[in-house]
Amino acid sequence: MITFLQRAVIMGIPLLFGATGETITEKSGHLNLGIPGILYVGAISGVIGAFFYENSVGAANIVPILAILIPLLCSILGSLLMGLIYSFFTVSLRANQNVTGLALTTFGVGIGNFFGGSLIRLSGADVPSINLTATSNCFKSKLPFVDSMGWFGELFLSYSFLAYLGIIIAVVTAVIMRRTRVGLHLRAVGENPATADAAGIPVEKYKYFSTCIGSVIAGLGGLYYIMDYAYGVWSNNGFGDRGWLAIALVIFTVWKTDLGILGAFLFGGLLIIHNYIPNLGVADQELIKALPYVVTIIVLVIVSARKRRENQPPQSLGLSYFREER
Amino acid sequence: MREPLFHVVKRELIDWWKAWLIRLAAVLLALVLSAIVTVIMTGLNPFQVFATIFDGALGTARRTWAFLQGTAILLCISLAVTPAFKMKFWNIGAEGQVLAGAMATATCMIFLGSKVPTLILFIIMVVSAVLAGAVWGLIPAIFKAKWGTNETLFTLMMNYVIMQIISYFVYQWSVPKGSGQIGIINSESHAGWMPALFGQNYLLNILIVVLITAAVYVYLRYSKQGYEISVVGESENTARYIGINVKKVIVRTMVISGALCGLAGFLLVSGTDHTVTRDTAGGQGFTAIMVSWLAKFDPLMMVIAAALIIFLQKGAGEISTQFSLNKSFADILTGIIIFFIIGSEFFINYRLIFRSRHKESKEVAA
Repeated sequence: MITFLQRAVIMGIPLLFGATGETITEKSGHLNLGIPGILYVGAISGVIGAFFYENSVGAANIVPILAILIPLLCSILGSLLMGLIYSFFTVSLRANQNVTGLALTTFGVGIGNFFGGSLIRLSGADVPSINLTATSNCFKSKLPFVDSMGWFGELFLSYSFLAYLGIIIAVVTAVIMRRTRVGLHLRAVGENPATADAAGIPVEKYKYFSTCIGSVIAGLGGLYYIMDYAYGVWSNNGFGDRGWLAIALVIFTVWKTDLGILGAFLFGGLLIIHNYIPNLGVADQELIKALPYVVTIIVLVIVSARKRRENQPPQSLGLSYFREER
Repeated sequence: MREPLFHVVKRELIDWWKAWLIRLAAVLLALVLSAIVTVIMTGLNPFQVFATIFDGALGTARRTWAFLQGTAILLCISLAVTPAFKMKFWNIGAEGQVLAGAMATATCMIFLGSKVPTLILFIIMVVSAVLAGAVWGLIPAIFKAKWGTNETLFTLMMNYVIMQIISYFVYQWSVPKGSGQIGIINSESHAGWMPALFGQNYLLNILIVVLITAAVYVYLRYSKQGYEISVVGESENTARYIGINVKKVIVRTMVISGALCGLAGFLLVSGTDHTVTRDTAGGQGFTAIMVSWLAKFDPLMMVIAAALIIFLQKGAGEISTQFSLNKSFADILTGIIIFFIIGSEFFINYRLIFRSRHKESKEVAA
């Protein structure tokens, strides 16, 4: 039971990062369907950074701090770039958000798989596969006294720092959204940009910042997945549909990132629960994997049917804003 | 207050040839950038890059047929999503609707393959594929019409529900048992396989898509229903005002959209793969959305757009094979092209007015 909960948390953390990032973006009125691509780019940028670092100094003598900082910075840079592409097209050029997002996903997944599959050949390195166990161990280092604390330590304290960072980011985001002026302005931009503009809120600036910050956070989810969950071993299409699941999570938690923490663990649990149900056939496992999506659809329908105002999507979600057109 | 360097103004209607000139320029720029990226990756010279791409797409008769077939399938899905998009119903569930059709076709092939005459088998296959796709499109449409449930997110989720359902049946019916794949269906009897025409396996597929293209063109352009779709897309309030039943149009259009996707699924299983997996649609449901949008919802332009994307994908595939690079290289190039065309739309719809130093200095002098 404890292992199940622990695995659920580990599975849920990448979704949490993705969903927090996407929520911030959606609050500004931009539906970023590029999140799956951004997860890949966040992961592969980190992998590229770690790969070159490990290969230049040798896996045995890496400095832990650098081994964490270099991939982290690379990952942030990579996903920031993706965020900039998306916001340049949708905010400045007012392009269709769905099309831009889907193109970003194609592009990002392509970049991830391409470099994941060809990095060794391109860099001419003398290794059989991308295996960053040394870097991964740095990322996975836990508090020293965890093992002595029994089930409590295993359930609450056994994760790597990125996991806690994800939870902190989600909580901080929720507080900023509800309690601060910046959050209020951001929500105003997402609900009705024309009104926000008239009130003197710099609409384009808010949209740019929220999209870029959102995609950096989402990219960290990719980094966490590869460095922690996958032990630093890259496999193409390793993420599967998790990017879309992150978008599902945003709806499931009705655009609240603090709820997102619990939601992410729930989704994480649903992803692996088939391993813990006894006597389950292979085929039935596949049906159970559809649960997160079905649950999301149900939530989406209930939310739209009940029309509670605080649970609705941002009103101008998906619409571009042009000041001279009202 | 300082005047910004430039400001953006919405254009009046632009001449169609100017619009297409801008788009052409964007495609050319994108190709140049793609070539540069390829040169960096492979060390080929740019002309060799294009020669390889061309060779990969159209180099042999076999490749040309594969190219035409790929274009036909992508075109069919693009046509399918178009009516919904014109209505501003963001159906990004084409992937799932295609898979629903594919699954239905495969089911018929497995269970009825050797039991009914060929003609009846084909009728059952087509009908069930179309029905399956239509139902998969109908579900989100009903909720959209009734409660305004966000269709983008709903249709997106439906994709993964059907994928898991397919995975389920693939395990159930796997040959040999427990292998996790169905394998080629009726590989001996060829029951339910699309017949070859003049010795070409893909020709019938392609002809069917040509017919669909014409039909969708006429439907959107000249039928009353096509007109209603445009009105609802432009403004729901106007539509309601002139007495169009918006809910009915939404549901009807999504059924048509889903049905055509289901037909594409039929073409994929019966005419191309002869098997079904959760990856049968291969992301084309998403690519089709971009194709439809790039072509400005015009079925004839969609032929060009689909051909361009498939041409690049096949060509880039050849490059990655020759240089033992990863196949996803094609996706990067596709992404670049689409970004450029998306960007070009801005210059078609808006224009930049630069701050004129000249005028200001005159005013100061006066």
